[in-house]
Amino acid sequence: MSRKYVMEFERPLIELEEQLVALRRIDLSDNPDLMIEVSALASEIDRLRIETYGHLTPWERVQVARHPDRPKVQDYLAAIFSDVIELHGDRLYGDDAAIVAALATLDGRRMVVLGHRKGSNTKENIKRNFGSPHPEGFRKAMRAMRLADKFGLPIVSFMDTKGAHPGIDAEERGQAWAIAESLALLSELHVPIVTVGIGEGGSGGALAIGMGDRLIMLENSYYSVISPEACASILYKDSARAADVAEPLKMTAGDLLDLGVSDETIPEPLGGAHQDPEAVFSAVSERISSAVGSLVVIDDDELVERRYKRHRAIGVFEEGA
Amino acid sequence: MPIADWFKARDERRYTSIGGGSAQTDVPEGVWSKCDACKRTIYEGELVAANRVCPHCGHHFPLTAMQRIDLMADEGTFVEFDAGLTSVDPLQFCAVKPYADSLDAAQDKTGLNEAIITGRATIGGHDVVIAAMDFRFIGASMGSAVGEKVTRTLEAARAEKRAAVIVTASGGARMQEGILSLMQMAKTSSAVARLGSAGLPYISVLTDPTMGGVTASFAVLADVVFAEPAARIGFAGPLIIEQTIRQKLPRGFQSAESMLQHGMLDGVVPRDELASRVSLVLDYLALASQSGDAS
Repeated sequence: MSRKYVMEFERPLIELEEQLVALRRIDLSDNPDLMIEVSALASEIDRLRIETYGHLTPWERVQVARHPDRPKVQDYLAAIFSDVIELHGDRLYGDDAAIVAALATLDGRRMVVLGHRKGSNTKENIKRNFGSPHPEGFRKAMRAMRLADKFGLPIVSFMDTKGAHPGIDAEERGQAWAIAESLALLSELHVPIVTVGIGEGGSGGALAIGMGDRLIMLENSYYSVISPEACASILYKDSARAADVAEPLKMTAGDLLDLGVSDETIPEPLGGAHQDPEAVFSAVSERISSAVGSLVVIDDDELVERRYKRHRAIGVFEEGA
Repeated sequence: MPIADWFKARDERRYTSIGGGSAQTDVPEGVWSKCDACKRTIYEGELVAANRVCPHCGHHFPLTAMQRIDLMADEGTFVEFDAGLTSVDPLQFCAVKPYADSLDAAQDKTGLNEAIITGRATIGGHDVVIAAMDFRFIGASMGSAVGEKVTRTLEAARAEKRAAVIVTASGGARMQEGILSLMQMAKTSSAVARLGSAGLPYISVLTDPTMGGVTASFAVLADVVFAEPAARIGFAGPLIIEQTIRQKLPRGFQSAESMLQHGMLDGVVPRDELASRVSLVLDYLALASQSGDAS
């Protein structure tokens, strides 16, 4: 049996499930006592499944958001879009495989799709730098944004990154500059921009393609100013205490909705999107169509004005005397 | 007066406005500072006279926000706005210690309400809005209040057809305000874009250190970007990079000089030349924006 990926908090459940599978391989027809025990185990598993997945803590949701089997941008492109043409390169330095930019069609509507691209396996993850872009990735995205603006195509952006790559080469090629320029550009595009948080939303690297007119979050995706590990290593000098800061950072889809940063949450199947990707694809497709549909009818200048006000309004402070 | 009193905040600035040209230049007798770079001891009076640049090695000591404004603005022209705008603790953030306590401590330590001072002034006779960050205040990190003050500064420039000059120093986004801090990057970057569309000049001066979400938003979006010598400028912090690549960073990596070499800055300008350099750039850009307006 191939070892499947197990998240720490679901281990007790998975172990019981494995026991059940093993027991069911045995012929129990002449052992009624054991048969009763197996059926008790099955109902215990059902109970434990709801207990385990029913009320995930913020840190558990982070683990679900990082699950290797979680649907990624390439899965959404394949499942819900048609006539996909990927665009490559930033025309300045290279083609960053951690960002995907594509022309694609959803429900008959032509659009530009952007996304952080993680690999589907370790080998591909190394090629794609685990979905952490270098400056050329953001600059490729900016090319696609300008293209969308020029030809009046709505933008749909799939956010799924631990963050912009922290490295010497990335710094030397202007990581901060690329992110800042992307934000300024997004603020002035005359086309609708819909962002879907499908997994990880790590800081500026997520925001750089995630700023727009609507933010839709999958239930177990997160979006944060800093990774819980980095926050813990600053505050507690110990990145292993990430679980302790995931809650105070208010980074879950529910928190974002409460804070007025996101517009809606798409519920996930029990245990996470990877348990039933088809159901997630269909919900995401429907919510994107609806959001884009409601935005394309708005006048261009009005759209830019509303986007400005949307971000202008975020922040809590006090006016002194 | 006991020696310890010299280092205490002189006045309670909370909820009060700061008048122009109020930098403290009175130097207590017999105070000496040690240069972080060359380790030599310098008489405080000599340091003040040199705008806190080491007379031996040229090392630039950190400045407070008010010292920055006094350095840049024409004497007596600065009038602060939004002085009473302060942070609250929107997430009731508590890890190790409550954010609310950090805010109180920072206010007590600095006598400031927040990590940035903003207002109107002239530089070389040009009408500007000016903002300066104060690293002593929670690393001048950008939370809701800093983001709001930067945005209002840029919006005032647009409304009043003034140039904007911002002197940065920051560790990045203020993590204690979570996602709200991250969104200040979107907010301030949008405001810079709007100012640019109105054809008004924006000049930034990056000082040590300017990192993270501040670099990756309003700091580097200026029409002309200068930095002080040896200022550390970047996105990811050196510790995070070292942990990721598992090797020591080269010397001078992320220094202003290195960033200049990589094409990320317009110039590295020594402190005593900053005001005149910014003024000279405004001679070109502010004039152009005015003539564009008249046509």
